[in-house]
Amino acid sequence: MYTTELDGGKDRKVATLATEDPELIATFEARVANDEFIEPKDWMPEAYRRTLTRQISQHAHSEIVGMLPEGNWLTRAPSLKRKAILLAKVQDEGGHGLYLYCAAETLGTSRDELIEALHTGKAKYSTIFNYPSLNWADIGAIGWLVDGAAIMNQVPLQRTSYGPYARAMVRVCKEESFHQRQGYDLLLELMKGTPAQQAMVQDAMNRWWWPSLMMFGPPDDNSPNSAQSIRWRIKRETNDELRQKFVDATVPQAELLGIAVPDPNLKWNEERGHYDFGEIDWEEFYAVVRGEGPTAKERMKARRAAWDDGAWVREAADAYEARQSTRRSAA
Amino acid sequence: MSKDWPLWEVFIRARGGLEHRHAGSVHAPDAEMALHHARDTYTRRMEGVSLWVVKSADVVASDPEQAGELFEPAVSKIYRHPTFYDLPDAVKHM
Repeated sequence: MYTTELDGGKDRKVATLATEDPELIATFEARVANDEFIEPKDWMPEAYRRTLTRQISQHAHSEIVGMLPEGNWLTRAPSLKRKAILLAKVQDEGGHGLYLYCAAETLGTSRDELIEALHTGKAKYSTIFNYPSLNWADIGAIGWLVDGAAIMNQVPLQRTSYGPYARAMVRVCKEESFHQRQGYDLLLELMKGTPAQQAMVQDAMNRWWWPSLMMFGPPDDNSPNSAQSIRWRIKRETNDELRQKFVDATVPQAELLGIAVPDPNLKWNEERGHYDFGEIDWEEFYAVVRGEGPTAKERMKARRAAWDDGAWVREAADAYEARQSTRRSAA
Repeated sequence: MSKDWPLWEVFIRARGGLEHRHAGSVHAPDAEMALHHARDTYTRRMEGVSLWVVKSADVVASDPEQAGELFEPAVSKIYRHPTFYDLPDAVKHM
């Protein structure tokens, strides 16, 4: 769902590169530059391993936390059809989290450690999920805008240099299109409704537009790790390039829906062949990264509760396995 | 020591006539649960008609650093490929 590094820079110690075999580094760099895939047992620089572990696990956490704002509406979906669709989507998000955790684990960090890092607040997840889902149109806006932005991010990652991550992305991208389409479909239906229902769509757009643009991460000139990630083919396109693509693709869809984009500076630029758009409030972004988002505490509380409340299921499964294996060895 | 359940590799046969292909992995305490998790995680859209799960610890893998020596013998035996043989045009398709 989200792939831009949120806490890079703080604990980055490129110093390890200095202690690694220059010949191994050169071979690795050449392979990556040649668009070869790196697989789990291949030699890789420590910084590559660390950057990927952080990026993939943040991505996984985002999928898992991403179930919460939508799960919030499962019991209140307005029809059985919409409920079934939303249930399937939420289940997909859980699945995406699992594909990604598996990919991250191949780099040598256990699932247990990854989940622990999320629950203690050490690991980050996408800022977008720290915004509340207030009305039913938000569910449509999340599918259309949030998953739409995620698709922009994830499509190039199908060719990312780390094999297990790239393969997980292929699987995710196949499923993600349904997410965006069901969201847009939901909004189209609301727009055929009463003026109050149409106003709900505009209200959702007003609240989700800017946070969606922030999903692509800080601007390129303020994203110090981007250059290395691009050289290592961990990222394939820069934050600003992807953000522009998203705006260009999404504005006509808003027009088709019949709603306004909440940006007075949005304007087609004939010369560039792209939309110009207004300044993003990066102060808000960094505040949300720091966990000051409207619902950050609630999200983590819900996530930890889900884990703790499910403990008895895991314990029962363990006890069952232990008894079965005792019986097998007795037989 | 990790508190994780053992890891299982998941293989899916997409439809009859095709081989099982590696899809990913799941954690599970036993084989039966591993199958259930594999189904829920990797076959939500009719991706398969058959599943295998194998404990990851039981997979024996070759060492990528030895790949050169391990696979080299085939590289030098180009006569194993049909294109090695230059036949007269009159022999149309062979």
